[in-house]
Amino acid sequence: MTTQPTVTPKGTVLLLGARSDVARATARRYAAAGYAIQLAARDPERLAAEKTDLELRYRVAVTLLPFDALDVAGHGAFVAALPVLPDVVVCAVGLLGKQAEDEQDIAAAITVMRSNFEGPASILGHLANAFAARRSGTLIGISSVAGDRGRATNYIYGSAKAGFTAYLSGLRNRMAGMGVHVITVSPGFIATRMTAGMDLPAKLTATPEEVAEAIFAAQEKRRNVIYVRPIWWLVMLIIRNIPEPVFKRLKI
Amino acid sequence: MKLSGWGRTPVHDTRLVQPDDEAGLRAALADGPLIARGNGRAYGDSAVGRQTVDMRRFDRVLAFDPATGQLVAEAGILLGDIIAAFLPQGWFPAVTPGTKFVTLGGMIAADVHGKNHHRDGGMRATIDWIDVMDGAGQVQRCTPADNHDLFDRTVGGMGLTGIILRAAIRLRAVETGWIRQTTTPAANLAAAMDLLDAETSATYSVAWIDCLATGDAMGRSLVMTGEHAQRDELGRHPPLPRAKGKKSVPVDLPGVALNRYSVRAFNALYWQAGLRKQGTQLVDWDSYFYPLDAILGWNRIYGRKGFLQFQCVLPDATARAGMTALLQAISASGQGSFLAVLKRLGAEGTGVSFPQPGHTLALDFPATARAQALFDRLEAITLDHGGRFYLAKDARLSARILRAADPRMEPFAAQRRAGGEAGHFASMQSDRLQL
Repeated sequence: MTTQPTVTPKGTVLLLGARSDVARATARRYAAAGYAIQLAARDPERLAAEKTDLELRYRVAVTLLPFDALDVAGHGAFVAALPVLPDVVVCAVGLLGKQAEDEQDIAAAITVMRSNFEGPASILGHLANAFAARRSGTLIGISSVAGDRGRATNYIYGSAKAGFTAYLSGLRNRMAGMGVHVITVSPGFIATRMTAGMDLPAKLTATPEEVAEAIFAAQEKRRNVIYVRPIWWLVMLIIRNIPEPVFKRLKI
Repeated sequence: MKLSGWGRTPVHDTRLVQPDDEAGLRAALADGPLIARGNGRAYGDSAVGRQTVDMRRFDRVLAFDPATGQLVAEAGILLGDIIAAFLPQGWFPAVTPGTKFVTLGGMIAADVHGKNHHRDGGMRATIDWIDVMDGAGQVQRCTPADNHDLFDRTVGGMGLTGIILRAAIRLRAVETGWIRQTTTPAANLAAAMDLLDAETSATYSVAWIDCLATGDAMGRSLVMTGEHAQRDELGRHPPLPRAKGKKSVPVDLPGVALNRYSVRAFNALYWQAGLRKQGTQLVDWDSYFYPLDAILGWNRIYGRKGFLQFQCVLPDATARAGMTALLQAISASGQGSFLAVLKRLGAEGTGVSFPQPGHTLALDFPATARAQALFDRLEAITLDHGGRFYLAKDARLSARILRAADPRMEPFAAQRRAGGEAGHFASMQSDRLQL
């Protein structure tokens, strides 16, 4: 086999929050399928090794872009300055926070909420408008099962994810006639740096590679809402249907 | 948390950390002795320590030179990912063990060998340099020429000399992803060893032994050799085989699933299938090198108690008598091995690495009390015949037997103590073996 030059891209995918483990795995999945990759994160120079890795493995073009999810005033300019308007956007921006501490430190709680709702909603809002004008594209938001019902142990994070889930739902509804597809991904537990050290149940915990595969498959099949491990659909169905007088006394 | 190797026994409590940069590794070093772990495919307790450092986040390709095939990558990259990236570019690992679910760092730590060891040597022969983090957190580059003492002790040193961070290795240029395989039945052990000894020019050679055959047929084998197929041999096949589907073992099978009858039936069927396939055929790289990888989680067929693997190498002078004695002991015990593999090894490794010229035999058994008794016997036979053991497979050797089999081990342990490595790098295996 002769070594071929860089392949003609099948499309371009933009990863927002590209330093996360899920974004990293997703970038690899799309690169393996022949997509050109845009990695957007704060301090993108720290992603130089990821860029080299993707280029050497998959011979696709990789662009590093500075992006701050909380700098919502800059999001319009970020989209306008994109070297190529992507075909697919995966928003992996998120901040778990520390629930117990954030209950007392409301400013920290607000940062968690802004990171999980305001920032992602803002950037996807700008991208949705650009996609609508072009009349094509796929927006993929990584939300969380934590948004399905507020619980004492993670409601600051969960409430923002609930907002994000509702936003994605509404955006999907608005974009349905415009050739733009919106996918909501609820990964459940993922074994990542964010959850390192937590004792997570193995059957409910996905790897970043599994999430990446589910995202890629969801786009190919034009799914709307996915739980990465289907068991989560059942778990959350039960949790959502526990009557409030009972639920408020539970420790889950 | 509880952690084991691929054989699922023994299980130990460990503190598992998953750093993603060198600062994280230094922090782990400050927390006490540790052992680096790749993808957990060593069978026993080689990669389980009181503190275990999961290296899987260090998995980037750092450089590749298409003129020479030199690949520079972080230690946690999977061999399968190397193949996925570089086979389409015309390159294949120069040395590969029997699974692609191992990491680069693990391959170096165990100085793995492949079906081409008799000709090309082991992992060591493919390495240009490695970067190793020592107990002080300093990164040392070592090559076969510079800082070679550390190089020789690290390749095959089971992670006990430092943390392997990165390596530069040579890949082999190939025209296709296909192997031209020739299967030759051998009626008994002597015939199989004759064939392996005669096939020194074949790139790849290995024999699968029906270890339940007895009498005149004891050690009857299918001897399989292979060559990388050239493009003009493919006929209608595309140069890159299509990816194959994976099956997985979803639950632990009950311990009785593998008994002498089912193992005997499997071995008999495999033998018959091999007879039908004898001659030459094209086989895709994945089926040829990694037949078991197609069944994800195959270790679960042995049930919750797990299994033990035995692998020794016997020098040429004693190999025939020794292999006969090993097979007789297995046959007498009535325990069959699902997989029994015989292979010719070439050059001696350095440091404490496993290979030496001779024949190596690898066998799996469910981890039962009877298997433990059989292992006592197999270890004694190995000692009597001047053989040595493969630490990447070991879950149960004693420090005494290891030293009796391998005079390199005590100097290795002494240097670890004198140089301070013993205080920073330790696995449950090194504790057990007093390394």
